[in-house]
Amino acid sequence: MLRLFDVIDEANIPWLMAAAERLHTAFGAQLIDLVPSYTTLMLHYDGLQLSEAQASERVLQALKGLQPLAINDSGRRHELPVWYHPSVGPDLEALAQRAGCTVEQVVDRHCSRDYPVFTLGFTPGFGYMGLVDPSIAAPRLATPRQRVPQGSVGIAERQTAVYPLVSPGGWNLIGRCPLALFDRERDGYSLLKPGDRVRFVSVDHAEFLRLGGDDASMEPNP
Amino acid sequence: MSMLRVEHSLGFAQLQDGGRFGVRHLGVTQGGALDWIAQHWANWLLGNPLDACVIEIPLGGLTLKAEADGWLALTGADLDAKLDQQPLRPWQVFAIRSGQQLTFTQPRSGVRAYLAAAGGFKANPVLGAVATVMREGLGGLHGDGKGLKPGNQLTYSAQPAVSRKMPSEAIPDYKSPVTLQLLVGAQSSQFSGDSLFQLFNQHWTLDQRADRMGMRLTGPELRYQGEPLISEGIPLGAVQVPPDGQPIVLMNDRQTIGGYPRLGALTPSSLARLAQCAPGQKIHLQPISQAQARQDHLALLARWEP
Repeated sequence: MLRLFDVIDEANIPWLMAAAERLHTAFGAQLIDLVPSYTTLMLHYDGLQLSEAQASERVLQALKGLQPLAINDSGRRHELPVWYHPSVGPDLEALAQRAGCTVEQVVDRHCSRDYPVFTLGFTPGFGYMGLVDPSIAAPRLATPRQRVPQGSVGIAERQTAVYPLVSPGGWNLIGRCPLALFDRERDGYSLLKPGDRVRFVSVDHAEFLRLGGDDASMEPNP
Repeated sequence: MSMLRVEHSLGFAQLQDGGRFGVRHLGVTQGGALDWIAQHWANWLLGNPLDACVIEIPLGGLTLKAEADGWLALTGADLDAKLDQQPLRPWQVFAIRSGQQLTFTQPRSGVRAYLAAAGGFKANPVLGAVATVMREGLGGLHGDGKGLKPGNQLTYSAQPAVSRKMPSEAIPDYKSPVTLQLLVGAQSSQFSGDSLFQLFNQHWTLDQRADRMGMRLTGPELRYQGEPLISEGIPLGAVQVPPDGQPIVLMNDRQTIGGYPRLGALTPSSLARLAQCAPGQKIHLQPISQAQARQDHLALLARWEP
């Protein structure tokens, strides 16, 4: 486990991505998996081919003189269309009330900035993004929903994400994205990768359907 | 080409190989046979690649019918297997004739049986592996993460590369006391001294909540005294301790990142042993050094060298 930082910060990402790139090169075929998270990189190497001492030495060499990647090199930028509507975002109105603003203002604020993808986890292709405007931050639901539909866009504290698959979940749902975030037929499988940046774009119902979205509505309460 | 047809299945028996790698950064879990040692032996008996695709059968509830003659190997748990009503002992290669029925009913010793076939069962890999992960909807016979269902047809090679006999001293006794080895690390130094003493000097009991994702142990309450953690990658076998103080061993289908403090990780052979424990099993934990664990692991792998 390589610990590079102590706190969650967007500024960590270009460093983590730079380190990941170097480690990929340094370990080559002896690299089994490399899992970036907010402050760490978990390096899984082939322990049959490399001793712990050899691996440590290789890490030290690889990270010597490390420079952060330029923000544009750390990943791709995606625009994700979202239909923000209470029928697919059952927590949208409560979130507006909590923020003391209108639903439109919640949407504007959610769409107002690029979010870096800190890490992927939970389910395949689930990208933890942030940080949303503090005014639209909200704690997780006290009781998670048993079934969150595919494409649901949620907020938990200052993090935001799209659920790539149907799964249980306790984030506040505000809309739905019609794009497939995880597709086993796609090259690279996951639309998002750690270090990518995402801008949400509000679309209307017709556009959502045109892009292949499923508008099956949800009950307002879990 | 040989073929087995699934006649009856509770849906838990599933295809497993060595697991999915190089995709953890996408949130995709590892998968693969939980008792990888039994899987390796099953494949070794037939001369297959050691991590070739096998059927992992937890507890029983599976009936297969041969639609052609073939060669199979059975290892792992004794699930009271029968070939046309005749008892079939595990840890051997056996021939199956077209029309014969193979049933797995209930565990007599151990939990998971492994059925290997000449050349390995054939299925298209998804993200580099056949490993079935139900939670993710990935892998398995049709790539959608489903367990075996009645009507499924499993194909394999007509002839095995070899037919070997199991070295009798290598057959495990799943009824013997269970001691698992822990590579102490991660946040272990931030647990109370008393907790670390209890960890290795009290017994643990495998909880009902034990599956391919994680195995929960119950026993003395372990107290973490450090700061809350920021979520990070979780290695196979990690022993995490949520706020209730009861450890969970994270298995092949674990979440890829997590934020609970960890005591370290179990060795690969301890994970294989744990996979054969039923809820209620008493377990002792023992610390092991990195160097010793590596040496033991290499010695184990050497058993399967050609």
